[in-house]
Amino acid sequence: MKIKNIKLEHGSGGALSRQLTEEIIYPILKNDSYRELSDATIIDYFVKSKKQLAFTTDTYTVDPPAFPGGDIGKLAIYGTCNDLAVSGAKPLFLSMGMVLEEGLSIEKLQSILLSIQEASTHAGIRIITGDTKVVPKGKGGEIYINTSGIGEVVFSHGISPSRIKPGDYIIISNSIGSHGIAVLSARESLSISSKIQSDVAFLYPLCEKLFTLQENLKFLRDATRGGISAVLNEIVSGNNFSIEIDEEEIPISDDILSISNILGLNPLEIANEGVFVAVVSKENKAKEAVNLLKDHPLGKNAAIVGRVTENYPGKVILNTNSGGKRILDFPRGLLLPRIC
Amino acid sequence: MFNILKEYKLEDKSTVGNLQKEIERIAHKIGREIKIMEVCGTHTVSIRKFGIHSLLPKNVRLISGPGCPVCVTPTSYIDHALQLVKNKRAVILTFGDMLKVPGSSGESLSAYMGNELVRVIYSPLEILKLRREISQPIVFLGIGFETTIPTIASVFKQVIETDINNTFLYTSFKTVPPALEVLLADPSNQIDGFLLPGHVSVILGEEPYREILEKSNKGVPGVITGFEPVDIMLGIYLTLKQIQNNEHRVENAYPRAVKPSGNSKARKIMDFLLKSADELWRGLGNLPKSGLKIREEYKSIDATIHFEFTDEYNHEPKGCLCAAVIQGKNIPTDCPHFGKSCLPETPIGPCMVSSEGACAAYYRYGVDRL
Amino acid sequence: MCLATPMEIIKILNNERAIVKQANIEAEVDISLLEDVKIGDYVIVHAGFAIEILDLKEAEERLKLFSKLAEVKETLD
Repeated sequence: MKIKNIKLEHGSGGALSRQLTEEIIYPILKNDSYRELSDATIIDYFVKSKKQLAFTTDTYTVDPPAFPGGDIGKLAIYGTCNDLAVSGAKPLFLSMGMVLEEGLSIEKLQSILLSIQEASTHAGIRIITGDTKVVPKGKGGEIYINTSGIGEVVFSHGISPSRIKPGDYIIISNSIGSHGIAVLSARESLSISSKIQSDVAFLYPLCEKLFTLQENLKFLRDATRGGISAVLNEIVSGNNFSIEIDEEEIPISDDILSISNILGLNPLEIANEGVFVAVVSKENKAKEAVNLLKDHPLGKNAAIVGRVTENYPGKVILNTNSGGKRILDFPRGLLLPRIC
Repeated sequence: MFNILKEYKLEDKSTVGNLQKEIERIAHKIGREIKIMEVCGTHTVSIRKFGIHSLLPKNVRLISGPGCPVCVTPTSYIDHALQLVKNKRAVILTFGDMLKVPGSSGESLSAYMGNELVRVIYSPLEILKLRREISQPIVFLGIGFETTIPTIASVFKQVIETDINNTFLYTSFKTVPPALEVLLADPSNQIDGFLLPGHVSVILGEEPYREILEKSNKGVPGVITGFEPVDIMLGIYLTLKQIQNNEHRVENAYPRAVKPSGNSKARKIMDFLLKSADELWRGLGNLPKSGLKIREEYKSIDATIHFEFTDEYNHEPKGCLCAAVIQGKNIPTDCPHFGKSCLPETPIGPCMVSSEGACAAYYRYGVDRL
Repeated sequence: MCLATPMEIIKILNNERAIVKQANIEAEVDISLLEDVKIGDYVIVHAGFAIEILDLKEAEERLKLFSKLAEVKETLD
């Protein structure tokens, strides 16, 4: 019997649930531990190696679930792996919980599962446990995914705003704004055509390069929701230093600038899924960091964009292209096209 | 950046720097404090986005005006739109600017985006596209000044001429010249010059301002200004020059876009669909002939006629100074709520809720916080 | 209330519609508020409509004014 869409019974734990797991999910995810079908999967790894463990979780609700350059599956894997990477950890294991909306097409689900499988393989991680539930139609945006990730701490110097001092350099790892624009363009009934793809990517290899800077690397954070502005403001918030950046130095493509202009968006607030902010001490180390990043396809447009200073405690200051100076505030509210 | 901005040096640091020195020179000669009002909300945002304040001498103060459509739309307008979605009588299509404006109960339209009863569009043209996909009645929240009004009128002209049913326009259309008149007529007003809205002027041309500014007893210069950094610095420079020479002319500093007679085709389309009417401006009150409403013969698309809105609560929150702020009589920091209970996430008045409102701009870009 | 941006006309579809470009972004806009739009014209686009054709000769004139300003500044310094 060929089922075309998810039914409520797929989530109720009975025969149909088993069918979903055995005949749809497992064949695509193809993982040794998954075949166990036990309620919990035991991890020997940390017990044996005595390494330090990092643990993170994130839930993905992107709308629409598929967008130029990726889908929620790819995002759920890379997003959580990246959270571990910017914490100084090598991603190893993931759990995956899915909430499916009744009526979701099996074909769509399979496409997302395939993305998950491809992303997991590329990232070298294993999904070792998971769960699937189904909610009635109208109660869930087609598919929501939660992934929790475990990684092995490989960078021992600590990654924290508390290590940041005036004089440190601010680096952006690549061109900004792609993910948010890609999702927006997939959602809107606009007559604007762009070939902008989401930048969703596995960032651990880039972070690994920066770990070689040792104690000169003070801080890393990926610039997801709220963009670069959110990260910079999070860094200075409650601290007695400021960040001053030069608009001229910010890596951004003409296309992203153009769409931002047209729709009235601030590129510094647009979500990214393949860009992080790094704080590095000393000029020569910051230049080295940029060279290391530029050496990798995911860091082609890396740039030093500013410095940590003492002049405006708790604030982020932007030196504008035309020579002015102003505060860059936390993003507030939804990113929406404006006419005013 | 884009060819055209580079080619004509509209963002050029050294050109901005030269204008800055000229502005300093003239402001120093004038000596006293000078207050220039930027009428248009988009100017408020652009000025802050480019960090223009940091380039001006201390005695040149820029103050925000009433050209913020969200700021001057009465609360009852949002209440009526909310009524429609709560009773599931229509799907609301709106520009993003209106989404988070609270009605009299504090609720905004954003709560209804999830079940698609409220949708944000970038262009009125999307109304026609979405009409084919949505089965329920559609109401478009038509807010704006003369830049936007022709675009909406054009789409609804099509709705009428192609007999599209169940598609309504709820107007909150305001016109700029009457607001300028009110500001000038106010004896307590201390505005020394106006930066006139560049894109409204694209539609209107120079003449409507001339009638008001040059014939007024007050004698205040008005410079039609564009929106790039050099345009804005030029607008300020020319305003100061006029102040220095005691002139009060309407001057066009945006001639690449604004023709002296404006865009008559756009005005014709507005005239086809709409007629001049008295309009309630939040903060300024009822201004005669300051708005545009749908003509009687097109009542089939008029949301106010089709849906019979009830209840008009237009009380201002206690202590909110927005009305004074949009007239340039107070600055946001004068308000007791500013930065305390009135924040961008928890706005009390429209000047904070609108992304181009003076209070939101002050809070977010920190005019005096630097 | 005036968010608008300059875009170049690259194709005219009919009396009402044209394709415009900025960087590699293309958009379809309504040109019915204008007369005599040509390919190569730069128009100001607001809410999906072209509301005016830019007069680049004026922009050119303005550019000359700015260089005069720079000269004046130099003589004053």
